[in-house]
Amino acid sequence: MTTIAPAAGRRLRLVVLGGTSGIAEATARLYAAEGAEILLVGRQEDRLAAIAADLKVRGAARAEVAIADLAAPGDAAVALAGFAGTLGGIDHILVAYGILGDQAEAARDPAAAERILAVNFTSASAWCLAAANLLEAQGQGSLVVLGSVAGDRGRRQNFVYGAAKAGLAALVEGIAHRFAAKGPRAVLVKPGPTITPMTEGMQRKGFTWAKPEDVAAVVRRAADKGGPVVYAPWFWRYIMLIIRFLPAPIFNRLDI
Amino acid sequence: MTRFTETADHLSWGRTLRLQHRVARPVFRQDVPATLAEGLSTLPTLLATGLRRSYGDSILNPAGGIVDMAGVDRMIAFDPETRILKADAGLSFDALLKAMVPRGLFPPVSPGTRFVTLGGAVANDVHGKNHHGAGTIGRWIRRLGLLRSDGVEHELTPGDPDGLFAATIGGLGLTGIITWVEIELMPISGALMDVETIPFDDLDGFFRLSAESEASHDYTVAWIDCLATGDKTGRGIFSRARHATGGELSAGKGGGPTFPVELPSIALNRFSIRAFNAIYDWNGRRTAGRAMQHYQPFFYPLDAIGQWNRMYGHPGMYQYQSVVPPAAARDATAAMLAAIAAAGEGSFLAVIKTFGDRPSPGLLSFPRLGTTLALDFPNRGGSTMALLARLDAIVREAGGRLYPAKDGRMPRDMFRAGYPDWERFAAHVDPRFSSLFWTRVGS
Repeated sequence: MTTIAPAAGRRLRLVVLGGTSGIAEATARLYAAEGAEILLVGRQEDRLAAIAADLKVRGAARAEVAIADLAAPGDAAVALAGFAGTLGGIDHILVAYGILGDQAEAARDPAAAERILAVNFTSASAWCLAAANLLEAQGQGSLVVLGSVAGDRGRRQNFVYGAAKAGLAALVEGIAHRFAAKGPRAVLVKPGPTITPMTEGMQRKGFTWAKPEDVAAVVRRAADKGGPVVYAPWFWRYIMLIIRFLPAPIFNRLDI
Repeated sequence: MTRFTETADHLSWGRTLRLQHRVARPVFRQDVPATLAEGLSTLPTLLATGLRRSYGDSILNPAGGIVDMAGVDRMIAFDPETRILKADAGLSFDALLKAMVPRGLFPPVSPGTRFVTLGGAVANDVHGKNHHGAGTIGRWIRRLGLLRSDGVEHELTPGDPDGLFAATIGGLGLTGIITWVEIELMPISGALMDVETIPFDDLDGFFRLSAESEASHDYTVAWIDCLATGDKTGRGIFSRARHATGGELSAGKGGGPTFPVELPSIALNRFSIRAFNAIYDWNGRRTAGRAMQHYQPFFYPLDAIGQWNRMYGHPGMYQYQSVVPPAAARDATAAMLAAIAAAGEGSFLAVIKTFGDRPSPGLLSFPRLGTTLALDFPNRGGSTMALLARLDAIVREAGGRLYPAKDGRMPRDMFRAGYPDWERFAAHVDPRFSSLFWTRVGS
């Protein structure tokens, strides 16, 4: 049952890094229906404003926008403190921005590969580390980071992107380990292929393609409970388990 | 940038035609003008579509391109004083209900599924079980944005002097891309419906119940057993309801299970359809009486099973929804039921309702005063077409017409006879917009 009446106690305060991401928006809609206070961070002001207006009608107690180039964090701790100031505190942080990049281009052009790594790993790590310090200092809250099943085993199709997400996975797992028994949570959510603007133009046939709403439900739950690594939808855990353990001679013959 | 990509997945709800389409899926309203410009630079015509609950070819445009607006789905502003919601055209009724029912507001008109977009609802001037009181949804649209192929976005209101508003309401997307809509919502005090279920034994019973319920109940509809013969001919279950007062304002659950695969087309045969109708009738009589029911199963019973259209298998299905004027309603309905029973081509769910006299605002709006009968038939090729042609003859004789949103085959002259304003409408069609339906009946 969906109700907009604010939950018992105070409202959740959510900061979304990468507010225009398809999965982030679908997740923010779930928070909005709970009456949360939401800050969307990103570069595209008009799009963020459209999303914020929508979240307010959907029930968000507040929906604010902050413009920042997340790929160039500068001093992430200071920026994050600024976001916390806007909302009067932070309960949940969702790190959702990223670029898929072009593997073929990355193979030819080191600058293109560098860009994929810098956006998806280097800058995201800076935000995660700053978020970890903030949450640890306040003794509560959740850091939820979007990874990818592409990080579980390098494939010729997208291994630069996969490598960045694999690095991010290790980082978030480390933060979760650091948080163990301390109060805050850190979770990496690994979506399979999802029907979002990021994957527009791909052949999207078959059951493996998820809708952003389905992934969002996993992301929202992960902020409250569960282990440090969550697959979305759940069956990807088992698909990737098999793929990770395929012997190289077999794996190398697959066109996946 | 939003690209147009080739896909074989652009199907309408009836799934009878499987054609390649070039589809673009913008996500933000700001992106739509660029999508339009890009599409028109390479494609002869475009057509905007929503959640594709139209059954036939009114949402297909294989010779041109499709702008799939379902991703442009944000609410823009809501004013609790005027109860006017401004939203992107791709907003679904499902999302609208989730946001608005907890506030004590409801769409003034609800079609039979909540998985339709606002833009689609406007483009088909949809009606609901409360047509006798509320009329069509077009009566509740206060303003809308329409992007034409010349790149100009018009802001249209009901008083619009040049007639573009009247052409766009029910205009099947042919006047341009509906970008946003302002709709006036209706207050409710609870999410429950006070529903009364009454069996009837023949068509006279239906018309009697309909006439007596229209003043007392906001919502009326009936199911009719189109395979019953002999002294059971015309039996059915009448349902009338109003919004209950008080109670919780819960928006209800999300989706239920989804029909996973297409059934083999043999699954729906005259025996299974007859059995289904008999069980439906038995269950309706068993549970007759008054009860409280959440609005979801009352308004959207079929939404409980996602992709239920796959039940009809690979050949797909045809819907046939007609409306005939009151004077001819009794005889035309009886004649249609007799033709169906004689053909043995049963309809799974036959729904009958009387429309009221509220004028529809669109030049191509389907609802008019009279009786509407909605039937669906598994596509069995020639025998199905022959039956539909017999039904056509009955509807034409009665001075009635068919619903374009449900149609995939009405003859051109039947469309033109049923919609006397079609030439006035055609003058407003954007020269760079088209659909398979329109190439079939309009041009």
